[in-house]
Amino acid sequence: MHTARPKYIASIAGRMLLLLFLVSILSFTLIVKAPIDPLLSYVGAESTLSEEAKAEIARHWGLDAPLPARYATWVKNLLHGDLGMSVTYKRPVRSVIGERFSYSVVLMLLAWVFSGLLGYAAGIFAGFRRGGLADRGIKLFCLVLQSAPTFWLGLLILSFFSVKLGLFPFGMAVPAGKLVSEITLGDRIHHLILPLFTLTIVSIGKITLFTRQKLIEIMNSDYILFARARGESDRQLVFRHILRNTALPAVTLQFSSFSELFGGMALAETVFSYPGVGTATTAAALNGDAPLLLGIALISALFVFSGNLIANILYGVVDPRLREGGDYV
Amino acid sequence: MFERKGTRARFALNTRTRVTVLIAVAAIYLLGVFVWGLFMSPDAYAVHYADKFTPPGGKYLFGADFMGRNMFFRCVKGLSVSLVIGVIASLVSSVIGLVFGVASATAGGRFDKFILLCVDCCMGLPHLVLLILISYMLGRGARGVLLGVALTHWPELTRLVRAEVLQLRTTHYVQAAYRMGKSRFRVAWDHMLPHVLPVYIVGLVLLFPHAVMHEASITFLGFGLPAETPAIGVILAESMRHIATGKWWLALFPGLMLIIAVILFDVIGENLKRLLNPDSGNE
Repeated sequence: MHTARPKYIASIAGRMLLLLFLVSILSFTLIVKAPIDPLLSYVGAESTLSEEAKAEIARHWGLDAPLPARYATWVKNLLHGDLGMSVTYKRPVRSVIGERFSYSVVLMLLAWVFSGLLGYAAGIFAGFRRGGLADRGIKLFCLVLQSAPTFWLGLLILSFFSVKLGLFPFGMAVPAGKLVSEITLGDRIHHLILPLFTLTIVSIGKITLFTRQKLIEIMNSDYILFARARGESDRQLVFRHILRNTALPAVTLQFSSFSELFGGMALAETVFSYPGVGTATTAAALNGDAPLLLGIALISALFVFSGNLIANILYGVVDPRLREGGDYV
Repeated sequence: MFERKGTRARFALNTRTRVTVLIAVAAIYLLGVFVWGLFMSPDAYAVHYADKFTPPGGKYLFGADFMGRNMFFRCVKGLSVSLVIGVIASLVSSVIGLVFGVASATAGGRFDKFILLCVDCCMGLPHLVLLILISYMLGRGARGVLLGVALTHWPELTRLVRAEVLQLRTTHYVQAAYRMGKSRFRVAWDHMLPHVLPVYIVGLVLLFPHAVMHEASITFLGFGLPAETPAIGVILAESMRHIATGKWWLALFPGLMLIIAVILFDVIGENLKRLLNPDSGNE
């Protein structure tokens, strides 16, 4: 049985690699088939370049080659760590993504942790008082949050805390007009709070409702009935039975929601003009910056896959039947 | 239920009636907004520069924007536009989901594996990124949003339908139908489709909110509908420019309208689920 575990993980990882490959083909095709001419977005619409020079560049870039050949070239360069040049930022895509991802990762990681912890606690609390006022309040709150568009919540938060109360800066990640050397960690945190708050409350609904549902299932089980009959207090119930049986599924759910986290991050960043990957995605797509867009698509896919991979492995931990069968469909 | 029929004085409704009424009210509201917006003349939200940035109240229930346009009528119109896109997109997506789900489960083997791979592939990119890519490929604009939203919402439903059909496949009556020499297509059509229809209908209704929300998000980011269309996403993107000067009503009300619509779709979906499920339908 112990030997089945690495095999299970390897089979998931293999499938993930295959999927990553397919997703990269999908994104590549979508971007290359776009009516936006990469050459035109590179030289600009008012360029005085002659037709021959343009044809020269196109040949140099391999734009005249068929699609599979272009994909092969892209993958080859990718494996050498070369993602091309970003037209928007006039820098290599790798360094753009690297810099911007460091901002976004902080935002996403913190929002992920906070929403997980708060959502889990709220879910346990609500499920424990099922039908009570607190439960109904939390449930309603979550339903409304889940139905609210991320960017709308962001706008309201921005307009209330920043414009009305003046407590927080109006967007950006660092104060404008300050030298890089003068920017303190406090400045950065000050600018991070509102986007973080937005992203956290957007992600909180799902985990809360999930935990609440799970808890209600557990509370109706025989072993809780037996524990109560033994005279265990609520506190003991929580620490002995409930945490153990709800924590892992909740963590798994959090890992499998990387996709929504990324989408929420992109929207929150746009509202707060936060210079992360989200704003870069929009900028790249609006400016016809194919290399950057492709790079971001790949990174985001990698991000989602790593979340799914961890979630799938955790499913195996939670449910031993999956581990033994090795079948996870 | 039958015993109560005679007693006129009794107002206590059973779950079935109550749920039906709830669904009807929600549906009438959504339909009302939809039709109202559809036939609204553009004069209702015409430009009145004299009234620009009027705070909400009185003549301007939701206030007026930077061109003095009546935000209430713009919101209704905008919601109507969003609903149209949501309805078309979720219809297309749900049909794809239904066909793929049933086909994948009945055909099995390689085809099943292929469909599952497509599902995973579609879910591999963050949904928003996929929408941006599709919109990028189609050169932005309304067509990009519509196709993007319509072509990316089928994976969840495919999984649901597939799981449902897989369970059906082992039942005696389906096995008996196969033994009697019915073709796979006939079995799928005669025995499986009626059974997965409730799952499909609920799935379809629960798709609307996602579709509407994604349409608004992608429009907000600047890929969707052109700026002159009064769609909720466009209105909110516009409002972002006036947030700094404290024009909160430009953002609050359109969003509220959107939330209410989304929640109502959820209410309809969840209650339909209860109604169509024989276990909970007669509680």
